[in-house]
Amino acid sequence: MSKLKVTNLSCQKGYNLLFENLSFEINSGEVLKISGPNGSGKTSLLRLIAGLSFFDSGTIDYDAFNLNSEEYNLDFLYLGHLTALSQQLSCIENLKYNLLLGNNKLKLDFSSALKKVGLEKFENELVGTLSAGQKKRIALSLLFVTQSKVWLLDEPFSALDSKAINIIEQRIEEHCNSGGICILTTHQECNIKNLKEISL
Amino acid sequence: MYINYSSGMQYQKFKGDFTLNIFVSTITRDLKMAFRNPSSFLNPLMFFVISISLFPIAISPEAQTLSIMAPGIIWVIAMLSVLLSLNTLFHYDYDNGVLEQMIISHHSLPLILLAKTLAHWLLSGLPIIILSPFLGMALFLNSESIYILILTLIIATPCLSLIGSIGASLVVGIKNSGMLLSLLILPLYIPILIFATSAVSQSQASLAIEGQLYFLGFIFVVSLLVTPFLSALSLKISLE
Repeated sequence: MSKLKVTNLSCQKGYNLLFENLSFEINSGEVLKISGPNGSGKTSLLRLIAGLSFFDSGTIDYDAFNLNSEEYNLDFLYLGHLTALSQQLSCIENLKYNLLLGNNKLKLDFSSALKKVGLEKFENELVGTLSAGQKKRIALSLLFVTQSKVWLLDEPFSALDSKAINIIEQRIEEHCNSGGICILTTHQECNIKNLKEISL
Repeated sequence: MYINYSSGMQYQKFKGDFTLNIFVSTITRDLKMAFRNPSSFLNPLMFFVISISLFPIAISPEAQTLSIMAPGIIWVIAMLSVLLSLNTLFHYDYDNGVLEQMIISHHSLPLILLAKTLAHWLLSGLPIIILSPFLGMALFLNSESIYILILTLIIATPCLSLIGSIGASLVVGIKNSGMLLSLLILPLYIPILIFATSAVSQSQASLAIEGQLYFLGFIFVVSLLVTPFLSALSLKISLE
């Protein structure tokens, strides 16, 4: 049973205070949706939890691990606005490298992950030749092979069609049913069970 | 379904196996990307060859004049050519978000950056080392001096990539940062230039060159040990 606890977190960008004294708690099996208008600090919050940004005050506790420790990073998967796909590499090459960066398992079925997002035919295509929606699907196909417990998804449904959104929502539900945690930001309605919501 | 890393022993078992893997994978990935976009590493090399071959035309085709100037010419152009290729070291990975994933990876960031720097050297420094004997001959360097030139390039071109990686990581988020990168890095290259050219020139005069080579070796060891950590730190600040 894992627990992510954010206590009195404050974040400032330049002279702009995005949020202060933000506290919430999320346990295994739960999905947290962060909502709020553009510029309210949703992405900044996810980046803070992922360990990509430094925060002014507050604490982020995940089980017994320190933020940015190897064990902490191993348990977290962050998918931001950028797809983390190199244009000159094929879909499968990108997936393999990204998974190696985030996890410790190599012999995984990448082909079936691509099949889940409907891109099995593009396995060996260079990412540079794909559309924005296809790139997003490739990035999200990591969700079908990752071993990370906590998923931080920044606008996962942008550029996706309704069928792909359903697939990803189902995957998030499956993940949480197996004891995972998911924090996501989106401006769209989500059809996910056990969804908690906080507003910035 | 999920691995319980908190059990400690299981995590340690995984850790050792995959450290080498990420190092090798990063090098092969960068080389693969470079060969699929060859202009990124061929342009600086073309610059190296063309610039050096213009000197005999511009100055004098006389063997005596050229052989005196050759160590300086080859080293200065080699330095500028590495500097030209430094912009691409982190640029693509920054644009597509892979650098973010590297920073939050459980693998050691300095190790990943060291692998990237090694790939950069294989694409910029190593071809310079291979080409330099031919260009040395074109500038009338004698065989002894060509041997010393290659030796200095072998010791010091990795330093150019390693020290350059600090500058590249500092300016990674800035558009058109070529001039800023040069201003940051060139002063740090000056000691390498002094010792390397002095070693080749002294060898032409049949003087001892051990001192210069030891200094270059010292710079290499310090760069290898320190720069990956400094680059990692500056990358984290740049991407914050």
